[in-house]
Amino acid sequence: MTIVFDNNMPIYIQIMNYVKKQIITGKLSPGDKIESVRDLALELQINPNTIQRTFQELEREGIVETRRGLGRFVTSEESTIMLIKKEMAGELLERFVQGMKELGFNKNDIIAIVTDAVKDGGSDKHPDRSE
Amino acid sequence: MESILELSGVTKSYGSKHALRDVSFQIQPGKIIGLLGSNGSGKSTLMKIAAGLMQPSSGQLLVCGEPSGPRTKAWTSFMPDKPLTESWMRVKDAIGFYQDFYSDFDEAKANEMLQFMNLNPSDKISTLSKGMNDRMQLTLALSRNAKLYLLDEPIGGVDPVAREKILDAIVKYYNEDSCLVISTHLVRDIERIFDEVIFIKNGNVVLQEEVETIRFTRGKSVDELFKEVFAE
Repeated sequence: MTIVFDNNMPIYIQIMNYVKKQIITGKLSPGDKIESVRDLALELQINPNTIQRTFQELEREGIVETRRGLGRFVTSEESTIMLIKKEMAGELLERFVQGMKELGFNKNDIIAIVTDAVKDGGSDKHPDRSE
Repeated sequence: MESILELSGVTKSYGSKHALRDVSFQIQPGKIIGLLGSNGSGKSTLMKIAAGLMQPSSGQLLVCGEPSGPRTKAWTSFMPDKPLTESWMRVKDAIGFYQDFYSDFDEAKANEMLQFMNLNPSDKISTLSKGMNDRMQLTLALSRNAKLYLLDEPIGGVDPVAREKILDAIVKYYNEDSCLVISTHLVRDIERIFDEVIFIKNGNVVLQEEVETIRFTRGKSVDELFKEVFAE
């Protein structure tokens, strides 16, 4: 796992977003076991307490669950996963619309541009364009 | 929870010069603390006092609730900025030297760390590069099962690759019930392994805060805050 961290933002939020993205893109499947705090800390060169906090927050949001003596797992609740997906899409959209408005586009312009972009991009289906 | 290290009103003067003025703070177990300050800010003096190698001019120091003495020294593992090893030693002699001195020295851990650090037991210490020597010193310090680890400038003057290796080793080998204090002025490379930072400027503690709180409430990195506080 590799993340380029921005030291200006709380690290645990960045790791949370990273884990959520992994779930949405299917790199982590529902019910998958998650690496131990120590291993992940080592891999990311992050303070173990920060990783611990990340998992606590993810647990609070119902995205991961701890099974006694077995470790941490991605939730099997498809509805929770759908919810993260919607939430992340919402954030992305908000930022996009905000940015477009700053560039001076109005509602109809934005719709036209998006429709156009989706049409162009529709032909090449590369689901695996992440790395 | 009992503090691992507690300083109250610690002052240290060298003649008329104050190296530390009325320094007070507490640190809790399970934390990695960054002691940050520019050159000459008082970091090394503070580390030596915390290690029990130097007496404060006034004020009190407690390690796990006990005043500084032979018992607290036995709980404290100090990596000084200048190596304690002798030039005639080979890597294995240095390990033996520490083993003789400290009853909490863990030989198995030391051997594992040597391997991780790519250090050869039969290498002469005098032939090691600066980066390799730093790895050696860190191996010696972290191979003890101490309650308080004090690392004075563990990444000073080593190249980025050696720095990575040293950070890896710290995260991998530090003991979670203990507390680790790392003094440095190289903030950017290392800030992600800290829980808390203490800023020390002209012998005064000017800030003690959790790093994630700094990022959250100020929207900036520890490195940026450091540059602001220490700007001349």
